[in-house]
Amino acid sequence: MLAKRIIPCLDVKDGRVVKGVNFVGLRDAGDIVENAKYYNDCGADEVCFLDITATHEGRKTFALQVEKAARELFVPLTVGGGISSVEDFRTMLLAGADKVSINSAAVKNPRLISDAAEKFGSQCVVVAIDAKKVGVDPNGKGIFHVFVHGGRIDTGTDAVKWAKEAQKRGAGEILLTSMDADGTKDGFDNDLTSQVANELTIPVIASGGAGKPEHFYDTFKAGADAALAATLFHFRQLEIKDLKKYLKSRGIEVRL
Amino acid sequence: MIDIIDYKMGNLHSVKNALDKLGYESIISSDAADIKSADKLILPGVGAFPDAMALLGESGLASEIETECKNGKPLLGICLGMQLLFEKSYEFGCTDGLGLIPGEVIPIDGHGLKIPHIGWNSLSLLNPCDTLVKGMRDGEYVYFVHSYRADTDKQNTVCSTFYGEEIPALVKSPSLNVWGAQFHPEKSHDTGLAILKRFAEQ
Repeated sequence: MLAKRIIPCLDVKDGRVVKGVNFVGLRDAGDIVENAKYYNDCGADEVCFLDITATHEGRKTFALQVEKAARELFVPLTVGGGISSVEDFRTMLLAGADKVSINSAAVKNPRLISDAAEKFGSQCVVVAIDAKKVGVDPNGKGIFHVFVHGGRIDTGTDAVKWAKEAQKRGAGEILLTSMDADGTKDGFDNDLTSQVANELTIPVIASGGAGKPEHFYDTFKAGADAALAATLFHFRQLEIKDLKKYLKSRGIEVRL
Repeated sequence: MIDIIDYKMGNLHSVKNALDKLGYESIISSDAADIKSADKLILPGVGAFPDAMALLGESGLASEIETECKNGKPLLGICLGMQLLFEKSYEFGCTDGLGLIPGEVIPIDGHGLKIPHIGWNSLSLLNPCDTLVKGMRDGEYVYFVHSYRADTDKQNTVCSTFYGEEIPALVKSPSLNVWGAQFHPEKSHDTGLAILKRFAEQ
């Protein structure tokens, strides 16, 4: 049976993992290699590094750090943040990433999805979508729009429609973040997840809102193939192994 | 020395990283001479079957691989590299493969499940005595990413996985020291590294 995946996501700035100050057990909480080793050994099914650096120099550092981290990671690695060209894909794949996620750049230039998929294969193209609820349809289901630039700009595009287009253009997976749920710890937006997952044949990674094990159970039941969380794992409020034991006890297939 | 055959398809560094971690010497090379001089071969690969066969053919690597394997050299194909070992594939038409393992490559019939088959799936041991799985427990998880699968005789299947239907996960030639893993051992944590280790050791 195919297992549901648990994916920790780490924000990286200027080549250093940020928000890592309370991270016990590491010699250097900001060291990307130490973090990679830790997550490799604690049961993560995949690891995601998100570059939040704004400068060109910082980006170069990021690629170098990804290369070092990849040497210690024997589970798939996804990297994202600021990827805007086929060349950026190549840099990250050569550095050792298995998948590259694109967000705003794909909205601005949807051809990037097909270009990258043709060049490197769909399996490494992850389209990240930041969605926000803008209304409710007559059946009580949420209407979600795609937002870009950190959730500041409403593109006016329907999130389900955009996910379908991304799939058609060759995306291998959708990383779906609910801007409403993100940071709340109140649970994933399962209405959003199920709407997108029901319409797609490619896997959907639910993101935003994870606060406790039940939230993961609910989002998997809603149709997510994988679930991503950042602070919850990073501050060790929840151990991945404990989460997986819980999920297994409730009948969810996981890799233990 | 293990030669990781570079024919310009896919992420070769992760295979090398895994061998480095395990402490085995390896090189990434597109040179046919290295296929001859290496003790063992790894044929990785991500992408489409026809492109890969064309590149292997044009570069002369295909005939070198065939010669060495028929002389008994161990080879492990990974993902697309595993599929290339079969006689033919129906991905984008019908293309001849290396023909080192009897069988062909056909689309997965997921019976309504999502395609590609992406993620961690468990292995059923069909031949627990095979060198690459000796001592391995039944039901271990490994990482898959593929839309096509091998269709081969059960006797060539060391492990299978289930995704809507039974899928050969680790295959072995009945006569040669040639194995193929549909999953990525280099991305399958301890279980995958152990398989690579057994390959490197034998």
